[in-house]
Amino acid sequence: MSSSILFGISTMAYILAMIIYIAYLAFRKSQVGITATTVTVVGFVSQTMAIILRWKEFYEIGQMGILRAAPLTNLYESLIFFVWCLILGYLIIEFKYKNRSFGAFITPVAGLALAFIDISGMSKDIQPLVPALQSNWLLAHVIMSFIGYATFAISFSTGLMYLIQTTDKRNEPSYIFWTVTTGIFIIILLAMGIDYLSFRVAIRSPEMLIKSYLFKASFFSQSSLVSALSWLVSLAFIFMLWRYGYVLKRIMSAFSISPDTLDEVTYKSIAIGFPVFTLGGLIFGAIWADQAWGVYWSWDPKETWSLITWFVYAFYLHSRLMRGWKGKKVAIVAVVGFVAVIFTYLGVNLLLSGLHAYGSIG
Amino acid sequence: MGEVKALVCFFKKYYHIKLNFRGVNVEKQKNQTIVDRIWNSFSSITLAVVFFTLISLTSMIGTVIEQNAEPEKNLKVIGKLFGESLAPTLYNIFERLGFMDMYHSWWFVTLLLLFAANLVICSIDRLPKIWKLVKEPINPLSEEHFKGVGIKREIVLRGKTEKVRGVVGTAIKNAGFNFSEAKEANGYQLYSQKGSYSRLGVYITHFSILVILLGAIIGIFFGFKGFLNLPEGAISSVAYYRSGIEQPLGFSIRCDNFLVDFYGGSDMPKAYKSWLTIIKDGKEVIKKTIEVNDPLTYEGITFYQSSYGMVPDAQGIFMLKAISKDGKRETINLKHNESFTIPGTSITGKIINFSPALGMDQTGRPFTYADMMNNPAIYIEFSEGGKQKYAGWLLKRYPETWALPDGHIVEFMDYWGIEYTGLQVRKDPGVWVVYLGCITISIGLFIAFFVSHRRLWVRLIEDKNGTRVTVGATANKNRQAFERKIDKIIALLSKSQGGGK
Ligand code: HEM
Repeated sequence: MSSSILFGISTMAYILAMIIYIAYLAFRKSQVGITATTVTVVGFVSQTMAIILRWKEFYEIGQMGILRAAPLTNLYESLIFFVWCLILGYLIIEFKYKNRSFGAFITPVAGLALAFIDISGMSKDIQPLVPALQSNWLLAHVIMSFIGYATFAISFSTGLMYLIQTTDKRNEPSYIFWTVTTGIFIIILLAMGIDYLSFRVAIRSPEMLIKSYLFKASFFSQSSLVSALSWLVSLAFIFMLWRYGYVLKRIMSAFSISPDTLDEVTYKSIAIGFPVFTLGGLIFGAIWADQAWGVYWSWDPKETWSLITWFVYAFYLHSRLMRGWKGKKVAIVAVVGFVAVIFTYLGVNLLLSGLHAYGSIG
Repeated sequence: MGEVKALVCFFKKYYHIKLNFRGVNVEKQKNQTIVDRIWNSFSSITLAVVFFTLISLTSMIGTVIEQNAEPEKNLKVIGKLFGESLAPTLYNIFERLGFMDMYHSWWFVTLLLLFAANLVICSIDRLPKIWKLVKEPINPLSEEHFKGVGIKREIVLRGKTEKVRGVVGTAIKNAGFNFSEAKEANGYQLYSQKGSYSRLGVYITHFSILVILLGAIIGIFFGFKGFLNLPEGAISSVAYYRSGIEQPLGFSIRCDNFLVDFYGGSDMPKAYKSWLTIIKDGKEVIKKTIEVNDPLTYEGITFYQSSYGMVPDAQGIFMLKAISKDGKRETINLKHNESFTIPGTSITGKIINFSPALGMDQTGRPFTYADMMNNPAIYIEFSEGGKQKYAGWLLKRYPETWALPDGHIVEFMDYWGIEYTGLQVRKDPGVWVVYLGCITISIGLFIAFFVSHRRLWVRLIEDKNGTRVTVGATANKNRQAFERKIDKIIALLSKSQGGGK
């Protein structure tokens, strides 16, 4: 079996698991829950096998050491690894806290990340390593960054759940924050999906799609009608989410995860992610840059955004120590932190490289 | 240990100076002085959070505006974001504000320094209290405090208090706790603590950030960053700043050779290699082949493989190996337009053309597709007795092109003196300070998050059925783990007693 078939199976398994987890939230039948877990585990196992297979393929093509051939060298492979870490982290939490309802919030992140690979049309080819990437520091750097990103993704999910559970007044800033943030999230994903569908035929090189055509089918459309409509629909969507978002709270509160548990999981995953990200993301990245180019820190956009992410999580850790900042405000910082992570990871390559010449997708 | 004491002394001194400031002021006038007020605001976490936000937000500017770029690039970017008509005006404003090189602008550097000051003052402010907590020996717990501790367990073990004391003591010791004992009214109390130093983890973390900043500053003041484009065969005793100014190295460096390896038959570069020799006082002291990710360091100056290119109008030397049909071989070095003879024959060849990257267009005509050495090829005309025999391209990367029609072989082995290697040259005496800070911040974070300060009190009191064992414990992190551990100890104890509950 080839790695791409196995990746396909895992993508479908996670999306299926997402649906089953949501069904489990709604019906709370333990058989449903067990099915959801089983499907997730199947996806995880097949993804693990796929990664190993791809590693082997890369090793055979790449003419280099086995470690250097780790499939972590481009956006596609790193997304796969991110999802793998995320699911592993989630399964550990499910096992430890004996609570499946996180699944409904984590599997969507995994499913969307994998779907994003297809939507963005990024290159899935195995490419040999260019000289700058031939470094063991790079391997350690990428692995640890993504373990960090995965723990941050978990804290994002639980932070968001915390906000959903603890807010319901429509004039409450925290409530407005989570409804609007979630709304923007969903809209961006939808808009990218529309971009993909509408340019699928016209564009020969899918790699160019995101860079040059991001939102050209919706917000930045040449037709001012389409553009105006997109903005309107988006605003309406966010408004609806704001108007009826409290319904989510009702669904969730029927389910017994206490906000305290959510707060604890949020903190714990950041407490794991922060040191890992500091060492792997910032320090190993700096050592690699130092070896490769002779500068450990050059303020390039990727580095700068990692630093910003780091500061946001430092903000999170310190805000817990500030008077009156327990609870909602801290959860907001956790959510903002993950927005910074996404920007560091994707935004720098996709959005900023549209402005400049550096970075590339694939 | 001596250093630690000295450090503490240092902090204490400053702490006292600060206290004196305050003391004097409080006596003379009830109001705070400016110094006091500044000190207070700089010792607050709120200000730290403000700095996190300010640094993050301003840093974003430099990720959108390309730093140190040609004006046209950023004019374009600004035009895209704010409209073409506004671009020139905005560009001027942004340039005034230092946005074009913002990470070195006075205001950004000031921000970083204030952030560091915040960190220093905050640490000095809190360290004495934390230090006391770390140093403080653990004391027996009083009756009422026992009620208030986070973790509480109780069992009754068979046997006299004396005996139980030994069993429990061994169990605690086996769990890794060195304990002290106190005699109480009708029994004993054993108490112990572990990991009190973990409360310093945060301070190690904070201190490391200062160390890293210090390392960066050392690099700025005592190091340099330059480049050197060195043609094959050339020697240089200076590097160049981007401005073109020379920086003497204190020794000479020579590039003996430069080469690009490719993956298989593709154009994907696999490795860039430069063969370098360091010459000091006329003697060759080091020879090393550098690659990307594998630089050469001599006397604190490091040479990194960073680029390469073709020397304009170079008179390169081609290295060929001619092998005649009957096996006579000869190595030949020659230049453009020079001739050679295939050994044992009267056939002569002459290089009349060279392409660094030979490709074929759709019609099969050869052309040069890149100005780098992607696919070097030479065009040789062969003649015998003044009459032309045959001619063709020999490609370095394709041995099948080396065979001549009548069985002789001419190998295109190498070319030399046509390329230059682009070296990044850096001296940074601060880099080890930065790395030291990186190591200590990792240790500090590990301690801050994963080592907890655990305290344990066990009270043994005579009971009518034996001895009542009351366990009280606290942990400042990961309480559940400590709870599990205590439960395990208790389970072991009761099992060893044959379930004497
Ligand atoms: C980016 C730089 C910084 C990093 C990475 C950092 C890291 C940390 C960490 C990991 C903790 C422990 C938090 C926890 O246990 O949840 C902490 C606590 C703390 N930080 Fe920072 N910090 C930074 C900057 C600052 C600054 C500028 C201040 C200045 C006021 C500061 C003041 C404190 C204080 C007072 C604590 C609490 C200490 C305690 O609990 O005893 N930090 N910091």
